Amino acid sequence: MERYVFYFIALLMIVSAIASVSSRKMLRSVIYLLFVLAGIAGIFFLIDYNFLAAIQLTVYAGGIIVLMILSVLLIHHIEMELEMAKISKRILTAIASLIGIGVFLVTIYSYEFQVTNIATTTTTADIGFGLLSYEDGGFILPFEVISVLLLAAMIGAIIIAKGEKLEGRKNNLK
Amino acid sequence: MNIPLNITKTIHDWLFSIMPEGAASIVEMFIIALVYLGIFTVIGLFLVFLERRVSAWFQLRIGPNRVGYQGILQSLADALKLLSKELTGTVKADKFLYNLAPYFVIISALMALAVIPFTKEFHAFDINIGIFFLIAISSIGVIGILLGGWSSNNKFALIGAMRSGVQTISYELSIGLSLLTMILITGSLQLSEIVEVQKNGWLIVQGHIPAIIAFMIFMISGTAETNRAPFDMAEAESELGAGFHTEYSGMKFAYFFLAEFINMFIIAAIAATVFFGAWLSPFGITESLPWLGVFWFLGKTLSLVFLMMWFRWTFPRLRVDQLLTLEWKYLLPINLVNIIIMALIVWLNLTITF
Repeated sequence: MERYVFYFIALLMIVSAIASVSSRKMLRSVIYLLFVLAGIAGIFFLIDYNFLAAIQLTVYAGGIIVLMILSVLLIHHIEMELEMAKISKRILTAIASLIGIGVFLVTIYSYEFQVTNIATTTTTADIGFGLLSYEDGGFILPFEVISVLLLAAMIGAIIIAKGEKLEGRKNNLK
Repeated sequence: MNIPLNITKTIHDWLFSIMPEGAASIVEMFIIALVYLGIFTVIGLFLVFLERRVSAWFQLRIGPNRVGYQGILQSLADALKLLSKELTGTVKADKFLYNLAPYFVIISALMALAVIPFTKEFHAFDINIGIFFLIAISSIGVIGILLGGWSSNNKFALIGAMRSGVQTISYELSIGLSLLTMILITGSLQLSEIVEVQKNGWLIVQGHIPAIIAFMIFMISGTAETNRAPFDMAEAESELGAGFHTEYSGMKFAYFFLAEFINMFIIAAIAATVFFGAWLSPFGITESLPWLGVFWFLGKTLSLVFLMMWFRWTFPRLRVDQLLTLEWKYLLPINLVNIIIMALIVWLNLTITF
């Protein structure tokens, strides 16, 4: 039965991925993309990666897609349609996509996958210990580096949003 | 894929004894889905009725009391009326998205319902990331509101949808952080284990001061997340008509309406599970009768639902800027400090356990 569920999800993902790039209405593209991302979450559930599936749903479906929808709501009117690209651009894109899919298929089929029967669910506690361990194979350094990156991004966003106000205060002091 | 479906042992064994394994598991899934759809409808209709009676009580009116005993069948009659109504729509709407929007709202509410522990046995999907799954699912419901508002091609609906989006994104943070405060005590995200921990006293007692603060923040942001008054900016009647569902009629409107009440039930059920021990009886007085759990659970949940209705008929509506100030300048900083206090209390073993 798992096999049929997988085929169903995979078919849904492929169809909505194609629909997402070929639709000429912007918000519809975003919704088709949402179906692709939800399908990935479904596959994670299928192989018992519950934590990763929930992360996929929160970060991509709940966070990024909602931000995309909000920005489409701000800039796009319901009667507008995206214009078609030029023929030369379309051919170039098709060639690039074909090369990409070729590399992907060669990699998949040249690697010998080992089928294991270990079906242990990774718990959230394991992931937490892995992220904070400083021994071999621990992820404490990338974890801290990413937190510094996020802090820098937050400060940058505040400076961009409040830049004029901050400068105005400086001028008043003079 | 091993979904731990555990409704009741006897039905499960009986199904597997009369059918081959594959067919039995599919039949079991269908039965569980039907049972949950039934619960979904009954709770939704009952809460609509309850809201009307409670609002009448607060305004010194009688409220609906003609259909059935004390008007208990009133919302069933309303549902029949909505079923038979004509489905109107705008010509220039984006038909595909317009029809899709109600299903996002209702399916996310239904998925969240599956994780709620009604009793020890009656708990369909006991996943090991329970709370986190609930937070993830609740972040999807807002997509339906945004889509509905945009695709109706109506400026009031669009403004309502934008307000709702801003509100939900902001208050989701507070919901997540206040639940995280309680996770520090339980040390597990699985809902059955969270209930298990509370056999030594409900978490609101175990965590005392920071737990009470977390509970208050959770109820405030939960009310905001369900778009109910005093945070009903998305459908402020005096400014926006009906907000994001202005253009919807008949059953599609009923989906939005039902989902709002189910979401209220889910928020109250999460609060009952995390803070008040779900199906556990106070001091374990009915521990020998496990089937009584569902009454304790529904009792706790419905009193929290009553609290949310009380908010609605007591406080005036906030402005958008006040709403955002409340979240980003008050609730979020309080919440972050609260997590640190809770971590200190757990670390120094200052929790109260019986």
